[in-house]
Amino acid sequence: MELTVTDLAVGRGGVPLLAGVSFALSPGRALVLRGPNGSGKTTLLRTVAGLQPAMAGDVAGADERIAYAAHADGLKAALTVVENLGFWAAVFGQSEIAPALAAFDLAGFTGRRAGQLSAGQKRRLGLARLMVTGRPIWVLDEPTVSLDTASVARFADAVRAHLAGGGMALMATHINLGIEADVLDVTGFQAQAATVAQGDEAFL
Amino acid sequence: MRALFFRDLRLALRAGGGFGLGIAFFLIVVVLVPFSVGAEVTLLSRIAPGVLWLGALLACLLSLDRLLAVDWEDGALDLLATSPLPLEGIVAVKAAAHWVTTGLPLVLAAPLFGILLNLPVGGYGTLVLSLGLGTPALSMIGAFGAALTVGIKRGGLLLSLLVLPLYVPTLIFGAEAARRAAQGLDAATPLMLLAGVSGAVLACMPFAAGAVLRVNLR
Repeated sequence: MELTVTDLAVGRGGVPLLAGVSFALSPGRALVLRGPNGSGKTTLLRTVAGLQPAMAGDVAGADERIAYAAHADGLKAALTVVENLGFWAAVFGQSEIAPALAAFDLAGFTGRRAGQLSAGQKRRLGLARLMVTGRPIWVLDEPTVSLDTASVARFADAVRAHLAGGGMALMATHINLGIEADVLDVTGFQAQAATVAQGDEAFL
Repeated sequence: MRALFFRDLRLALRAGGGFGLGIAFFLIVVVLVPFSVGAEVTLLSRIAPGVLWLGALLACLLSLDRLLAVDWEDGALDLLATSPLPLEGIVAVKAAAHWVTTGLPLVLAAPLFGILLNLPVGGYGTLVLSLGLGTPALSMIGAFGAALTVGIKRGGLLLSLLVLPLYVPTLIFGAEAARRAAQGLDAATPLMLLAGVSGAVLACMPFAAGAVLRVNLR
Protein backbone atom coordinates (compact mmCIF):
# COMPACT_ATOMS: atom_id res chain seq x y z
CA MET A 1 0.00 0.00 0.00
CA GLU A 2 1.37 3.36 -0.91
CA LEU A 3 1.89 6.41 1.26
CA THR A 4 -0.29 9.27 0.05
CA VAL A 5 0.06 12.84 1.23
CA THR A 6 -2.72 15.14 0.06
CA ASP A 7 -2.68 18.92 0.27
CA LEU A 8 -0.77 18.84 3.55
CA ALA A 9 -0.09 22.02 5.51
CA VAL A 10 2.43 21.85 8.33
CA GLY A 11 3.68 24.34 10.88
CA ARG A 12 5.83 24.62 13.95
CA GLY A 13 4.51 26.33 17.07
CA GLY A 14 1.44 27.62 15.23
CA VAL A 15 3.52 29.24 12.47
CA PRO A 16 2.66 27.74 9.07
CA LEU A 17 5.76 26.58 7.19
CA LEU A 18 4.55 24.56 4.22
CA ALA A 19 1.17 24.34 2.55
CA GLY A 20 -0.35 22.34 -0.25
CA VAL A 21 2.21 19.54 -0.16
CA SER A 22 1.04 16.50 -2.10
CA PHE A 23 2.95 13.41 -3.09
CA ALA A 24 2.56 9.66 -3.30
CA LEU A 25 5.17 7.07 -2.48
CA SER A 26 4.70 3.56 -3.79
CA PRO A 27 6.52 0.40 -2.64
CA GLY A 28 10.12 0.24 -3.84
CA ARG A 29 10.37 3.99 -4.33
CA ALA A 30 12.27 6.72 -2.50
CA LEU A 31 11.50 10.42 -2.25
CA VAL A 32 14.14 12.98 -1.35
CA LEU A 33 13.10 16.30 0.15
CA ARG A 34 15.28 19.28 -0.64
CA GLY A 35 15.22 22.84 0.55
CA PRO A 36 17.31 25.28 2.58
CA ASN A 37 17.64 25.17 6.39
CA GLY A 38 14.45 26.17 8.16
CA SER A 39 12.27 25.57 5.12
CA GLY A 40 10.16 22.99 6.95
CA LYS A 41 11.62 19.64 5.92
CA THR A 42 11.89 18.35 9.48
CA THR A 43 8.39 19.56 10.34
CA LEU A 44 7.01 17.85 7.25
CA LEU A 45 8.75 14.59 8.17
CA ARG A 46 7.55 14.78 11.80
CA THR A 47 4.00 15.38 10.60
CA VAL A 48 4.12 12.42 8.21
CA ALA A 49 5.53 10.28 11.04
CA GLY A 50 2.55 11.29 13.19
CA LEU A 51 4.60 13.12 15.83
CA GLN A 52 2.68 16.32 15.30
CA PRO A 53 -0.73 17.05 13.83
CA ALA A 54 -1.16 18.47 10.35
CA MET A 55 -2.60 21.98 10.10
CA ALA A 56 -4.58 20.88 7.07
CA GLY A 57 -4.62 18.04 4.59
CA ASP A 58 -4.25 14.33 4.97
CA VAL A 59 -1.61 11.61 5.33
CA ALA A 60 -2.85 8.17 4.32
CA GLY A 61 -1.16 4.79 4.70
CA ALA A 62 1.26 5.84 7.45
CA ASP A 63 -0.35 4.27 10.52
CA GLU A 64 1.96 1.80 12.29
CA ARG A 65 4.10 1.53 9.17
CA ILE A 66 6.73 4.21 9.74
CA ALA A 67 10.24 3.89 11.12
CA TYR A 68 11.42 7.38 12.00
CA ALA A 69 15.03 8.49 12.36
CA ALA A 70 16.01 12.06 13.13
CA HIS A 71 19.05 13.92 14.42
CA ALA A 72 18.87 12.22 17.84
CA ASP A 73 19.44 8.48 17.73
CA GLY A 74 17.70 7.62 21.00
CA LEU A 75 20.66 5.56 22.17
CA LYS A 76 21.39 4.85 25.82
CA ALA A 77 25.03 5.47 26.69
CA ALA A 78 24.98 2.91 29.51
CA LEU A 79 23.71 0.08 27.29
CA THR A 80 25.83 -1.91 24.86
CA VAL A 81 25.36 -1.89 21.09
CA VAL A 82 23.47 -5.20 21.21
CA GLU A 83 21.29 -4.11 24.15
CA ASN A 84 20.35 -0.86 22.43
CA LEU A 85 19.46 -2.58 19.18
CA GLY A 86 17.80 -5.52 20.94
CA PHE A 87 15.60 -3.13 22.89
CA TRP A 88 14.27 -1.48 19.75
CA ALA A 89 13.78 -4.86 18.09
CA ALA A 90 11.73 -6.00 21.09
CA VAL A 91 9.67 -2.80 21.10
CA PHE A 92 8.75 -3.39 17.47
CA GLY A 93 8.10 -7.08 18.07
CA GLN A 94 11.13 -8.31 16.12
CA SER A 95 13.97 -10.52 17.26
CA GLU A 96 16.57 -10.59 14.46
CA ILE A 97 19.32 -7.99 14.90
CA ALA A 98 22.30 -9.71 13.24
CA PRO A 99 21.51 -8.49 9.68
CA ALA A 100 21.28 -4.90 10.91
CA LEU A 101 24.61 -5.18 12.74
CA ALA A 102 26.24 -6.62 9.63
CA ALA A 103 24.73 -4.05 7.25
CA PHE A 104 26.13 -1.15 9.24
CA ASP A 105 29.45 -2.84 10.08
CA LEU A 106 28.77 -2.89 13.81
CA ALA A 107 29.55 -6.56 14.42
CA GLY A 108 33.03 -5.65 15.70
CA PHE A 109 31.81 -3.80 18.81
CA THR A 110 28.62 -5.51 19.86
CA GLY A 111 29.67 -5.56 23.53
CA ARG A 112 30.78 -1.97 23.66
CA ARG A 113 28.62 0.62 25.42
CA ALA A 114 27.00 3.19 23.16
CA GLY A 115 28.57 5.96 25.24
CA GLN A 116 32.01 4.80 24.10
CA LEU A 117 31.22 4.88 20.38
CA SER A 118 32.31 7.69 18.09
CA ALA A 119 29.72 10.05 16.61
CA GLY A 120 29.76 8.18 13.31
CA GLN A 121 29.44 4.79 15.00
CA LYS A 122 26.51 6.05 17.06
CA ARG A 123 24.87 7.28 13.89
CA ARG A 124 25.36 3.89 12.26
CA LEU A 125 23.78 2.23 15.29
CA GLY A 126 20.90 4.72 15.09
CA LEU A 127 20.35 3.83 11.44
CA ALA A 128 20.69 0.11 12.09
CA ARG A 129 17.65 0.56 14.33
CA LEU A 130 15.59 1.17 11.17
CA MET A 131 16.29 -2.35 9.99
CA VAL A 132 15.13 -3.99 13.23
CA THR A 133 11.77 -2.20 13.22
CA GLY A 134 10.49 -4.28 10.34
CA ARG A 135 8.49 -1.25 9.18
CA PRO A 136 8.06 -0.60 5.43
CA ILE A 137 8.33 3.21 5.37
CA TRP A 138 11.60 4.79 6.49
CA VAL A 139 11.25 8.47 7.31
CA LEU A 140 14.75 9.90 7.57
CA ASP A 141 15.86 13.35 8.60
CA GLU A 142 19.44 14.09 7.49
CA PRO A 143 20.50 10.46 7.93
CA THR A 144 24.09 10.96 6.80
CA VAL A 145 25.18 13.50 9.44
CA SER A 146 28.60 12.54 10.89
CA LEU A 147 28.98 9.55 8.54
CA ASP A 148 32.20 9.11 6.52
CA THR A 149 32.20 8.26 2.81
CA ALA A 150 32.36 4.50 3.37
CA SER A 151 29.51 4.61 5.86
CA VAL A 152 27.39 6.75 3.53
CA ALA A 153 27.87 4.11 0.84
CA ARG A 154 26.94 1.40 3.34
CA PHE A 155 23.82 3.35 4.31
CA ALA A 156 22.91 3.82 0.63
CA ASP A 157 23.24 0.05 0.18
CA ALA A 158 20.92 -0.54 3.13
CA VAL A 159 18.33 1.85 1.68
CA ARG A 160 18.64 0.18 -1.73
CA ALA A 161 18.13 -3.25 -0.16
CA HIS A 162 15.13 -1.91 1.76
CA LEU A 163 13.60 -0.52 -1.46
CA ALA A 164 14.33 -3.72 -3.34
CA GLY A 165 12.38 -5.58 -0.64
CA GLY A 166 9.31 -3.48 -1.32
CA GLY A 167 10.06 -0.81 1.27
CA MET A 168 9.75 2.93 0.91
CA ALA A 169 11.96 5.80 1.99
CA LEU A 170 11.16 9.44 2.54
CA MET A 171 14.22 11.46 3.42
CA ALA A 172 15.58 14.95 3.78
CA THR A 173 19.21 14.99 2.72
CA HIS A 174 21.61 17.36 1.02
CA ILE A 175 24.05 14.83 -0.37
CA ASN A 176 23.56 12.61 -3.37
CA LEU A 177 23.30 9.02 -2.15
CA GLY A 178 23.30 7.55 -5.64
CA ILE A 179 19.88 6.07 -5.06
CA GLU A 180 17.30 6.32 -7.78
CA ALA A 181 14.77 8.62 -6.15
CA ASP A 182 12.20 11.28 -6.90
CA VAL A 183 13.04 14.75 -5.64
CA LEU A 184 10.61 17.13 -4.00
CA ASP A 185 11.84 20.68 -3.49
CA VAL A 186 9.86 22.07 -0.55
CA THR A 187 10.67 25.70 -1.37
CA GLY A 188 7.79 25.59 -3.86
CA PHE A 189 5.32 24.89 -1.04
CA GLN A 190 6.42 27.54 1.40
CA ALA A 191 3.45 28.98 3.27
CA GLN A 192 3.21 32.66 2.55
CA ALA A 193 4.18 34.33 5.82
CA ALA A 194 4.21 37.56 3.77
CA THR A 195 0.45 37.47 3.25
CA VAL A 196 -0.09 37.62 7.02
CA ALA A 197 2.14 40.70 7.23
CA GLN A 198 0.31 42.36 4.33
CA GLY A 199 -3.00 41.60 5.94
CA ASP A 200 -1.80 43.24 9.13
CA GLU A 201 -0.80 46.34 7.23
CA ALA A 202 -4.18 46.55 5.56
CA PHE A 203 -5.78 46.19 8.95
CA LEU A 204 -3.71 49.07 10.33
CA MET B 1 6.36 -3.07 27.09
CA ARG B 2 8.40 -5.65 28.95
CA ALA B 3 11.51 -4.61 27.04
CA LEU B 4 10.98 -0.99 28.06
CA PHE B 5 10.49 -1.98 31.70
CA PHE B 6 13.67 -4.02 31.86
CA ARG B 7 15.62 -1.42 29.91
CA ASP B 8 14.68 1.21 32.49
CA LEU B 9 15.61 -1.10 35.35
CA ARG B 10 18.96 -1.84 33.74
CA LEU B 11 19.62 1.84 33.11
CA ALA B 12 18.79 2.69 36.72
CA LEU B 13 21.16 0.00 37.95
CA ARG B 14 23.99 0.90 35.60
CA ALA B 15 23.85 4.65 35.57
CA GLY B 16 23.42 4.84 39.35
CA GLY B 17 20.97 7.24 40.90
CA GLY B 18 18.27 4.59 41.04
CA PHE B 19 18.38 2.31 44.03
CA GLY B 20 21.04 4.10 46.04
CA LEU B 21 20.24 7.76 45.80
CA GLY B 22 16.62 7.71 47.02
CA ILE B 23 17.44 5.51 50.01
CA ALA B 24 20.46 7.63 50.97
CA PHE B 25 18.31 10.76 50.82
CA PHE B 26 15.62 9.08 52.93
CA LEU B 27 18.23 8.03 55.49
CA ILE B 28 19.66 11.55 55.72
CA VAL B 29 16.19 13.09 56.25
CA VAL B 30 15.46 10.58 59.00
CA VAL B 31 18.83 11.20 60.67
CA LEU B 32 18.44 14.97 60.49
CA VAL B 33 15.08 14.98 62.29
CA PRO B 34 16.44 14.25 65.81
CA PHE B 35 19.03 16.99 65.27
CA SER B 36 16.32 19.51 64.47
CA VAL B 37 13.59 18.59 66.98
CA GLY B 38 15.81 17.24 69.77
CA ALA B 39 16.55 13.65 70.74
CA GLU B 40 13.61 13.26 73.11
CA VAL B 41 12.43 9.67 72.67
CA THR B 42 8.70 10.20 73.35
CA LEU B 43 8.52 13.12 70.91
CA LEU B 44 10.34 11.14 68.22
CA SER B 45 8.01 8.18 68.70
CA ARG B 46 5.04 10.43 68.23
CA ILE B 47 6.23 12.09 65.02
CA ALA B 48 7.99 9.03 63.54
CA PRO B 49 5.16 7.86 61.22
CA GLY B 50 4.73 11.33 59.74
CA VAL B 51 8.46 11.88 59.32
CA LEU B 52 8.93 8.51 57.66
CA TRP B 53 6.09 9.19 55.24
CA LEU B 54 7.33 12.66 54.40
CA GLY B 55 10.89 11.40 53.95
CA ALA B 56 9.75 8.64 51.61
CA LEU B 57 7.64 11.11 49.64
CA LEU B 58 10.52 13.54 49.17
CA ALA B 59 12.92 10.74 48.26
CA CYS B 60 10.43 9.61 45.65
CA LEU B 61 10.31 13.12 44.23
CA LEU B 62 14.07 13.30 43.89
CA SER B 63 14.49 11.23 40.73
CA LEU B 64 11.27 12.20 38.96
CA ASP B 65 12.77 14.92 36.78
CA ARG B 66 14.85 12.30 34.94
CA LEU B 67 11.89 9.95 34.41
CA LEU B 68 11.02 11.21 30.93
CA ALA B 69 13.55 14.02 30.42
CA VAL B 70 16.40 11.64 29.56
CA ASP B 71 14.38 9.92 26.87
CA TRP B 72 13.26 13.30 25.59
CA GLU B 73 16.80 14.64 25.33
CA ASP B 74 18.31 11.69 23.46
CA GLY B 75 15.35 11.40 21.10
CA ALA B 76 14.18 8.02 22.38
CA LEU B 77 10.78 9.45 23.34
CA ASP B 78 10.10 10.49 19.71
CA LEU B 79 11.11 7.06 18.53
CA LEU B 80 8.96 5.37 21.18
CA ALA B 81 6.02 7.55 20.14
CA THR B 82 6.30 6.18 16.59
CA SER B 83 6.57 2.59 17.88
CA PRO B 84 3.64 0.20 18.32
CA LEU B 85 3.48 0.98 22.06
CA PRO B 86 0.74 3.43 23.11
CA LEU B 87 2.01 6.53 24.91
CA GLU B 88 -0.24 5.71 27.87
CA GLY B 89 1.48 2.34 28.19
CA ILE B 90 4.92 3.91 27.84
CA VAL B 91 4.26 6.32 30.72
CA ALA B 92 2.71 3.61 32.90
CA VAL B 93 5.64 1.24 32.31
CA LYS B 94 8.16 3.97 33.04
CA ALA B 95 6.30 4.82 36.26
CA ALA B 96 6.35 1.14 37.21
CA ALA B 97 10.09 0.97 36.63
CA HIS B 98 10.50 4.13 38.69
CA TRP B 99 8.56 2.54 41.52
CA VAL B 100 10.66 -0.63 41.46
CA THR B 101 13.92 1.33 41.51
CA THR B 102 12.84 4.08 43.95
CA GLY B 103 9.57 3.35 45.76
CA LEU B 104 10.08 -0.33 46.53
CA PRO B 105 13.52 0.14 48.18
CA LEU B 106 12.00 2.92 50.29
CA VAL B 107 9.19 0.61 51.42
CA LEU B 108 11.70 -2.09 52.35
CA ALA B 109 14.04 0.31 54.13
CA ALA B 110 11.31 2.12 56.08
CA PRO B 111 11.15 -0.36 59.05
CA LEU B 112 14.91 -0.04 59.48
CA PHE B 113 14.69 3.73 59.52
CA GLY B 114 11.72 3.44 61.90
CA ILE B 115 14.11 2.07 64.52
CA LEU B 116 16.18 5.25 64.21
CA LEU B 117 13.10 7.30 65.13
CA ASN B 118 11.94 4.94 67.88
CA LEU B 119 8.74 4.04 66.03
CA PRO B 120 6.43 2.13 68.44
CA VAL B 121 6.51 -1.65 67.93
CA GLY B 122 2.91 -1.90 66.75
CA GLY B 123 3.46 0.54 63.87
CA TYR B 124 5.91 -1.33 61.65
CA GLY B 125 3.53 -3.59 59.76
CA THR B 126 1.08 -0.82 58.92
CA LEU B 127 3.90 1.56 58.00
CA VAL B 128 5.20 -0.89 55.41
CA LEU B 129 1.69 -1.68 54.20
CA SER B 130 0.73 1.99 53.86
CA LEU B 131 3.97 2.84 52.03
CA GLY B 132 3.49 -0.20 49.80
CA LEU B 133 0.00 0.99 48.91
CA GLY B 134 0.93 4.65 48.55
CA THR B 135 4.28 4.79 46.77
CA PRO B 136 3.00 3.35 43.45
CA ALA B 137 0.60 6.30 43.32
CA LEU B 138 3.50 8.67 44.06
CA SER B 139 5.44 7.27 41.08
CA MET B 140 2.42 7.46 38.76
CA ILE B 141 1.53 11.03 39.76
CA GLY B 142 5.20 11.86 39.32
CA ALA B 143 5.16 10.41 35.82
CA PHE B 144 2.21 12.65 35.01
CA GLY B 145 4.19 15.64 36.30
CA ALA B 146 7.21 14.55 34.28
CA ALA B 147 5.02 14.36 31.16
CA LEU B 148 3.78 17.90 31.83
CA THR B 149 7.28 19.34 32.12
CA VAL B 150 9.05 17.17 29.56
CA GLY B 151 9.96 19.86 27.05
CA ILE B 152 11.11 22.40 29.61
CA LYS B 153 14.78 22.93 30.33
CA ARG B 154 15.46 22.68 34.09
CA GLY B 155 11.84 21.69 34.64
CA GLY B 156 12.74 19.89 37.88
CA LEU B 157 11.58 22.64 40.24
CA LEU B 158 8.38 23.23 38.29
CA LEU B 159 7.79 19.48 38.38
CA SER B 160 8.07 19.51 42.19
CA LEU B 161 5.65 22.42 42.47
CA LEU B 162 3.13 20.66 40.24
CA VAL B 163 3.43 17.25 41.80
CA LEU B 164 3.60 18.02 45.54
CA PRO B 165 -0.01 19.31 45.83
CA LEU B 166 -1.18 16.17 44.03
CA TYR B 167 0.65 14.09 46.64
CA VAL B 168 -1.50 15.52 49.45
CA PRO B 169 -4.30 12.89 49.54
CA THR B 170 -1.81 10.01 49.45
CA LEU B 171 0.24 11.62 52.23
CA ILE B 172 -2.79 12.35 54.43
CA PHE B 173 -4.19 8.83 54.34
CA GLY B 174 -0.80 7.08 54.34
CA ALA B 175 0.60 9.01 57.28
CA GLU B 176 -2.71 8.77 59.13
CA ALA B 177 -2.76 4.98 58.80
CA ALA B 178 0.83 4.72 60.04
CA ARG B 179 0.12 7.11 62.93
CA ARG B 180 -2.98 5.25 64.06
CA ALA B 181 -1.21 1.92 64.00
CA ALA B 182 1.72 3.37 65.96
CA GLN B 183 -0.70 4.57 68.64
CA GLY B 184 -2.40 1.21 68.77
CA LEU B 185 -5.60 2.40 67.06
CA ASP B 186 -7.45 0.75 64.22
CA ALA B 187 -5.90 1.83 60.88
CA ALA B 188 -8.28 0.04 58.50
CA THR B 189 -10.24 3.12 57.38
CA PRO B 190 -7.29 5.29 56.27
CA LEU B 191 -5.70 2.23 54.65
CA MET B 192 -8.83 1.59 52.62
CA LEU B 193 -9.04 5.23 51.60
CA LEU B 194 -5.33 5.14 50.68
CA ALA B 195 -5.92 2.07 48.54
CA GLY B 196 -8.83 3.88 46.89
CA VAL B 197 -6.69 6.92 46.10
CA SER B 198 -3.90 4.75 44.70
CA GLY B 199 -6.33 2.70 42.65
CA ALA B 200 -7.89 5.79 41.12
CA VAL B 201 -4.48 7.29 40.38
CA LEU B 202 -3.18 4.12 38.73
CA ALA B 203 -6.37 3.81 36.67
CA CYS B 204 -6.64 7.42 35.46
CA MET B 205 -3.19 8.96 35.46
CA PRO B 206 -1.65 6.95 32.58
CA PHE B 207 -4.31 8.38 30.26
CA ALA B 208 -3.81 11.93 31.51
CA ALA B 209 -0.05 11.56 31.19
CA GLY B 210 -0.34 10.05 27.71
CA ALA B 211 -2.55 12.90 26.51
CA VAL B 212 -0.19 15.50 27.95
CA LEU B 213 2.83 13.79 26.42
CA ARG B 214 1.16 13.74 23.02
CA VAL B 215 0.75 17.51 23.19
CA ASN B 216 4.29 18.08 24.47
CA LEU B 217 5.89 16.03 21.70
CA ARG B 218 4.63 18.33 18.98
